[in-house]
Amino acid sequence: MWADTSVKFGNMFGAVAGFLGVLLLLFYLAGAARGRLSRRLAILLLLGPAILLLLVGIVIPAIRTIYLSLFNEDSTKFLGAGNYTWAFGNSDIHQVLLNTLLWIVVAPLLTTGLGLVLALLVDRLRGQAIYKSLIFMPMAISFVGASIIWKFVYAYRDPSQPQIGLLSQICLWLGWHHPPNWILSHPLNNFLLMIIMIWVQTGFAMVVLSAAIKAIPEDITEAAVLDGAQGWRLFRNVTIPMIRSTIIVVLTTVMITTLKLFDIIRTMTGGNFGTQVLANEMYNQAFTEFNNGRAGALAVLLFLAVVPLVAYNVAMLRKERGIR
Amino acid sequence: MHRPTLSGRRAVAVGAAAALTLLAGCSNSSGGNGGTASATPTLTGDCAPFQAYAGHSGTTVTMFASILSPESDALERSWAKFSSCTGIKISYVGSNDFESQLPVRVTGGNAPDLAIIPQPGLLAQMVKTGKVVKPPAQTVANESKWAPIWKSYGSVDGTFYAAPMSANMKSLVWYSPKAFAAAGYQVPTTWADLMALSDKIAKSGKNKPWCGGIGSGTATGWPATDWVEEVVLGKYGGDVYDQWISHQVKFSDPQIIDSMNVVQNWMHNPAWVNGGFGDVSSIASTTFQDAGTPILTGKCSMLQQASFYEAQWPKGTTVGPNGDIWAFKLPAVNPSIPTPVEGGGEFVAAFSSRPEVQAVQNYLSTSEWATSRIKQAPGWVSANQGVDPSIYTDPIDQLSAKYLTDPSATFRFDASDLMVAAIGSGQEWKSFTAWFAQNQSVQKTAADIDAAWPQ
Repeated sequence: MWADTSVKFGNMFGAVAGFLGVLLLLFYLAGAARGRLSRRLAILLLLGPAILLLLVGIVIPAIRTIYLSLFNEDSTKFLGAGNYTWAFGNSDIHQVLLNTLLWIVVAPLLTTGLGLVLALLVDRLRGQAIYKSLIFMPMAISFVGASIIWKFVYAYRDPSQPQIGLLSQICLWLGWHHPPNWILSHPLNNFLLMIIMIWVQTGFAMVVLSAAIKAIPEDITEAAVLDGAQGWRLFRNVTIPMIRSTIIVVLTTVMITTLKLFDIIRTMTGGNFGTQVLANEMYNQAFTEFNNGRAGALAVLLFLAVVPLVAYNVAMLRKERGIR
Repeated sequence: MHRPTLSGRRAVAVGAAAALTLLAGCSNSSGGNGGTASATPTLTGDCAPFQAYAGHSGTTVTMFASILSPESDALERSWAKFSSCTGIKISYVGSNDFESQLPVRVTGGNAPDLAIIPQPGLLAQMVKTGKVVKPPAQTVANESKWAPIWKSYGSVDGTFYAAPMSANMKSLVWYSPKAFAAAGYQVPTTWADLMALSDKIAKSGKNKPWCGGIGSGTATGWPATDWVEEVVLGKYGGDVYDQWISHQVKFSDPQIIDSMNVVQNWMHNPAWVNGGFGDVSSIASTTFQDAGTPILTGKCSMLQQASFYEAQWPKGTTVGPNGDIWAFKLPAVNPSIPTPVEGGGEFVAAFSSRPEVQAVQNYLSTSEWATSRIKQAPGWVSANQGVDPSIYTDPIDQLSAKYLTDPSATFRFDASDLMVAAIGSGQEWKSFTAWFAQNQSVQKTAADIDAAWPQ
């Protein structure tokens, strides 16, 4: 047993040392080069590994996924657009697409909105560091962990029996004698799952937005106040425009996290009860139903949905750089 | 950037060269060709029974399975003697992600020597890759100790590939003997008695007769597939059951619709379920692990679940004919079907024909090994008819072994494990979950599954 472990560790350290050795050798060669060659070599050496890894890790798999999406389940028969017509013609997948759309619209907006409100409110409190840490805390919990916590919150037992779910018990205390079986109540269950995402991500939105608000130069706010702006007008016409780019970054970040959403659905419902989303359905098709074609088609759809968001983010970044 | 001095540069180059040498030195793989001994050693003493497997000392066989600790510990102890006598080391790896990992490893050229596969459907898929090796003659010969149907489940398109290993019995109903005795209920031996008893319990008004839960994470729905399978097998027999698996008999066939309607009147009956949890739909939100607990508090009377449910009872629960919990065999819906038994099991498939791998394969297919495993820990049954039934210490194991080795029983493997993955671990689970969660009609449930069947 120990011999086995030491061999494994030996291999690991050997590999790391070898990797460093190769790097050092390359840097040595780059340093030794002179004249016109040196600049090109430096570009190649510094950019090369990144481009190579991008090719191996992202570009080639992406091309292969697109290719596989045109074939049947074990990639032996060409189907053309067959998997895509399946995706758009199947009522289960309609629900999946609708849910995904609902998630990317509702969850990021609520997260950012709530984060902004909390940033404004908490900034005025004494001991704000404590409140901020508390609100930020769920961010440190993985989605699976958070889902397990909320699973207990939404747990259902017959009203005549002792309750184990917090939400049902609160409803009973408040006099609602027949609370529904939360996780089965469609379409409410989709929003109940979104609450988990919002609970986890709001802390992130709050901290980033709070920092942005604090970074607004004092003289601008002062000038606005001297001009008679107060309260809502100050917030709407000064604060919001000043932190606009931060809001967009937060919004798109949460949106991309939402598109990749997988853990919450897998842990809470396994995609049942009308709560399935794209990333989870893709995994099911690939690894439980072993249908590479359909999984590939869903992955391509997901990819197409992420592209505009990323493109928008890059465009915003460029624009900001242009201003500077 | 700060330029290093000349001597510094030289030192760096030397270090890099040394590191490269180290890397090259590490790339040789461990394990390999120590097994080319010219003469087979003679094993003596208590090692003598392992003579047939001798001659491969110093070799390692890798094994991959879904069995995790503590069950895997008992497994490793069961072949410890074999390993120390023959010198064949079995390197066991268990993963709870086995079903998705195995295809990745096999198609990626990193197949284990042996894999313990719990679904014949997955075995068929592995055979399709062309990487599964046919078993040695001795393993095939050892098959005579099993009912022929077991061999067919280890075969793909008529060719035998994988020997069965463990077995579990699904056709059980868990109940509380104490509660039954207190209320004066008799254990039913026919389907009509079972239904009459359910009705009697429901009318007594004290508790619901049945509880159930089909929640199981991403596998949610599987216990419901068992209920329908039990009824199909117990009402229409093995032939219809087999045709149903291969989709010659569709889900929308009158016989399957009728079987689903039997389940509809049983586990979908608002007057009969779901004791301690709520209405019918709560079956979908209750995990199968939780489903039986209301029996202990008297909130429900019976739960249909497999023999492995024994592990779910809380510590301190005595399982036995006069204990807190016991199980009876689910009666056949149609009394003319001889003892329908639905079960599951595991199969050992090989991806290498090295002699030491075949030695392990041969050993695992014997009743001697099964006996060795049974002695390690309870909760494990073999359908090998060569195993002495008196060595089982656990009452549920005894009960399961009795039915699993009964030559007159109509044994069939869990149908959803045999259907194509897109149905058996996909659409059927989804649709049956919707059947319970959203009170979807039997007709729509069946039609949805048929529509999803791969062309």
